[in-house]
Amino acid sequence: MTITNDTLLAAIERQFPGTVQSHGESYGMLTLETTREQIIEVLRFMQESPELEVNFLTSLCGMHYPADAGRELGVVYHLHSFRHNLRFRIKVFFPSDDPYCPTATVLWPAANWMERQEYDFFGIQFTGHPDLRRILNVDDLDVFPMRKEYRLEDGTRTDKDDRFFGRKGHVGQEFD
Amino acid sequence: MANTAEMPAVAGGLSKTGSTGIIGAAEMPEGYGGEGFFATSVSKVVGLARANSIWPLPFATSCCGIEFMATMGSNYDLARFGMERLSFSPRQADLLMVMGTIAKKMGPILKQVYIQMAEPKWVIAVGACASSGGIFDTYSVLQGIDKIIPVDVYVPGCPPRPEQIIDGIMKIQELVKNEPLRRRNSPEYQHLLDKYNIE
Repeated sequence: MTITNDTLLAAIERQFPGTVQSHGESYGMLTLETTREQIIEVLRFMQESPELEVNFLTSLCGMHYPADAGRELGVVYHLHSFRHNLRFRIKVFFPSDDPYCPTATVLWPAANWMERQEYDFFGIQFTGHPDLRRILNVDDLDVFPMRKEYRLEDGTRTDKDDRFFGRKGHVGQEFD
Repeated sequence: MANTAEMPAVAGGLSKTGSTGIIGAAEMPEGYGGEGFFATSVSKVVGLARANSIWPLPFATSCCGIEFMATMGSNYDLARFGMERLSFSPRQADLLMVMGTIAKKMGPILKQVYIQMAEPKWVIAVGACASSGGIFDTYSVLQGIDKIIPVDVYVPGCPPRPEQIIDGIMKIQELVKNEPLRRRNSPEYQHLLDKYNIE
């Protein structure tokens, strides 16, 4: 029997009543949300359940929404069940002054480097990670570049005129 | 005793300047010659030899590296400039060709490769990313390799066409040909290296 979004949601809600919310389907892909205290249990249940057989962690990625107070940082897990050809995602949110999330390396070793990347770019500390250090940026970088407050452009550039990039807010300004 | 203007043509029907015929020969330096001898200055001869047999180190990181591959191919042949032998070992290379985006994480590695090269060495920055960071004005890209190593020739472009890379190579050849022999031991050169914290 192939699992669909509805049967998956029903199975999750039977097992974890109240702690897993559904945010609907965008373009046919189910989006769930849960808390960081529950996430490993939810993932483990889905991985080990013979009915659901969600065996593949496609990706995990960090998120930063500074406007949501108390829920600034987040992690989204993209999951895939080979047998049922079903993809869906689960999100967890937590405040940016408490950026801790349990590691998914206990379930999938592939999460090792993905969580290192999210630590590198968002500063999310994954508790229980065997080797949490920067992976793509230079090791002595002291900021987390993908957070919204960090500017994209490099600070050492001396030849860029702000007027040409609209930074002073003037459109059609005369150039001397 | 004849001077250079009256020297007979090189055997095979080629003129000494190579302006007629299919194969060109390197231009003879100014000097005084005669039967069985030719007198010129050492720096001219050494410059001529160095300029026409540069061994490049292709530090190709991204798209400009592909343009370099095209330049080394048979259509835009770089081997005819004496660059037949590419060296990926810095110890055996003269010219460091940095072609492509250099990330900040790659910076110390590039600097180490430059330090390992033996004097005299030249650096050509091919492409916008190597010259100034290119379109990648971002936290992770080095905004120009001249922030960490001294550069002799910049070839702008994204990517520059093989003709432009060859133009940059020919400018390097001019620099090599006219370089004074003792330049690398001079205090000005040492001051240049000190600015980059090299040795």
